[in-house]
Amino acid sequence: MDFSFNDEQQMLQDTTRRFLASEYGFEKRASVLQSDAGWSKAVWNGLAELGLLAIELPEEHGGIGADPVAVMLVMQAVGERLLLEPLLSSAIVATRVIRELGSDEQRVRWLPVLADGSTIAVLAHDEPGATIRVENIVTTATPDGHGWRLSGCKSVVYHAAIADLLLVSARIEDGSVGVFAVTPDAVGVSLDALLTIDGQRAADITLDNVGVDASDRLPGDGGQLQAVVDYAVAMFSAEALGSLQRILEATIEYSRSRVQFGAPIGSFQALQHRMADMLMQVEQARSMIYRAIARCTDEDTRERRKAISAAKVIVGQAARHVSQEAIQLHGGMGMTDELDVSHHAKRLLAYELRFGTTDEHHAIYRNTVASHT
Amino acid sequence: MDLNFNPRELAFRDEVRVFLCDRLPDDIRERLRAGDHSAIDQDITRWQKILHEKGWGAPAWPLEFGGTGWSKTQQYIFETACALADAPTQLPFGLKMVAPVLMRFGSPEQQQRFLPRIIDASDWWCQGYSEPGSGSDLASLRMRAERDGDVYVLNGQKAWNTLGQFADWIFCLVRTDPIAKPQRGISFVLVDMKSPGITVRPTRLLDSSHEVNEIWFDDVRIPVANRVGAENEGWTYAKFLLGHERTNIAGVGASQRELKRLKKMATRCIRDGKPLIEDDVFASRIAQVEMELTALEVTNLRVIFDAEKNHAPGPEASILKVRGTEIMQRLTELQVEASGLHALVVSSRKSQADTDMARAAPTYLNQRKLSIYGGSNEIQRNIIAHMILNLRG
Repeated sequence: MDFSFNDEQQMLQDTTRRFLASEYGFEKRASVLQSDAGWSKAVWNGLAELGLLAIELPEEHGGIGADPVAVMLVMQAVGERLLLEPLLSSAIVATRVIRELGSDEQRVRWLPVLADGSTIAVLAHDEPGATIRVENIVTTATPDGHGWRLSGCKSVVYHAAIADLLLVSARIEDGSVGVFAVTPDAVGVSLDALLTIDGQRAADITLDNVGVDASDRLPGDGGQLQAVVDYAVAMFSAEALGSLQRILEATIEYSRSRVQFGAPIGSFQALQHRMADMLMQVEQARSMIYRAIARCTDEDTRERRKAISAAKVIVGQAARHVSQEAIQLHGGMGMTDELDVSHHAKRLLAYELRFGTTDEHHAIYRNTVASHT
Repeated sequence: MDLNFNPRELAFRDEVRVFLCDRLPDDIRERLRAGDHSAIDQDITRWQKILHEKGWGAPAWPLEFGGTGWSKTQQYIFETACALADAPTQLPFGLKMVAPVLMRFGSPEQQQRFLPRIIDASDWWCQGYSEPGSGSDLASLRMRAERDGDVYVLNGQKAWNTLGQFADWIFCLVRTDPIAKPQRGISFVLVDMKSPGITVRPTRLLDSSHEVNEIWFDDVRIPVANRVGAENEGWTYAKFLLGHERTNIAGVGASQRELKRLKKMATRCIRDGKPLIEDDVFASRIAQVEMELTALEVTNLRVIFDAEKNHAPGPEASILKVRGTEIMQRLTELQVEASGLHALVVSSRKSQADTDMARAAPTYLNQRKLSIYGGSNEIQRNIIAHMILNLRG
């Protein structure tokens, strides 16, 4: 049992924090948020220079050999600063899809350009009626002589509007699920650009009989895709932990400085107990994230999914409670967009709903309860 | 970061499990499992003697005082395994409360006299802290100790004394300086329960159990030699005691045991033609508490890890207390709900076959104490706010 982090892991987090502290302060982020593009190429290049876009690359492909704990610590640092750039979407999730499901040729083709930041890829997975569970995918892939034809819809795909490559999950006639690489300008692909509540650029994607060359199908199967999605939930949760920690600290700081009735409001017991509850929720969330990270590459699918879903539920519930309390304790200031509190609250709302809602994961976990006696 | 026990710790856990399987008497196990506390004094004493024989009588004590010298991780493993095996909880008043005070502040004579008799179960200790007017505000206590030569004369009343009806000794906080500030005039004394002038009266609880007592002291004379440490310094020792050995207060093992029982009950209970555990609503409730318990287990391991690395083992334990008691209370609520109408039957002519259902309601009611004692959960939240969040009152 050891809850410490080794030097390499800690260094990656420190590096990320230092970079974002100088390049991604609240004001700078606000200008990125309000820009037409909605993300900063300069920041993206900075992340690439630090090697952070190569964080998921195996060492033989020039990666830094970061383990899940190191990636967790980076994501936590990124969460503290509400990063808008597609680190999770492209450098972690899409990169991992190619790494885990791709052929040798595909890895050589795509991993280097993802790691240097010149290409942005996203996993287009969620659908109007299906999220998180790979078995619910209804987008179809039909064999077509020398390749495949894709048809279906993908919903609220984060960073799709700025992506160079879409990795589309689709059901094949035999019932299995595969992943197909498609460029956004391919015939039959239409993107409906969206702005999300947490300030990110996303898109609904419609695929109308889109032709895909055989060499652009990733050989990996639905089980491997599920493993990447589970890994993504764990890392997404680590990002949420950054927001939870920051929003808690901001609330405590505010309660120390805000004076009413001649005293800091943080001296009132009614509020102290609420902040104590916030702390307990954050710590319980942290524990579940550590556990999910420890099991996120577990080959025992059932135990892995249980740990991931349990974490998503506990972190999601903490996200709801802690963000509501943070706004309440900030009073009117919590309602403005002038402080980072409201921005974290919006990011935490997105956390609750993306990669499977709290309810969906609750149901996944619930279905394991009866069989465990 | 590694959440697993190391091979040495896993081997230790196996050793504890085998020992529990071999040496925990069946009759004790069955009584505890059925919630039968009719022989609790004998059960606790017998079990303590068995543990002592094995050399495991004092899991948290250092070797020099006859303890095991175990790490906090080993203590956690031991207590969790014991709880899961339905072993009696070792009496904390001697082992975990007065003993650490004696080791730290007691005289060599006091240590030699009392410690061996705690570990071999010769003496049953109880606690004299709370009074009718002094609960959370303990420093307001009023029981007096007046010096008369080399004797203190005790007068006053202690309340909420747990299992004192079996006690040989009681450790008390008493007021030795009535004029000083509340915290400054308190001393820590040891009292033989056979002393003339002591009256123990049961306080009947809401589950009809006799677990706590009121104790009256009427001109009780004790030697000054039975004072621990310096006169009027008792508050320091009391605070030391309250902050001691809190890394295991989450009761993870006990909650895991009750979760298992709950699942068993929900599997047996048929509602609307199917086992209750297959009902989505009820299964969701079980799922919720199971996930929370999982989080608590990891949080507990984190606190132990920090304590072993000599970071402050202090205020974080308040999180364990609050969450641990809330989770256990939730489990007992769900056991009542799983029992349905059967939970209402306190006694009937035919003996109730299902002991889990029979104990559900009394246990649920009894366990309300968890969030009140040991520093109420409101006090714990004060501690979290003051000590961790650095907010001031």
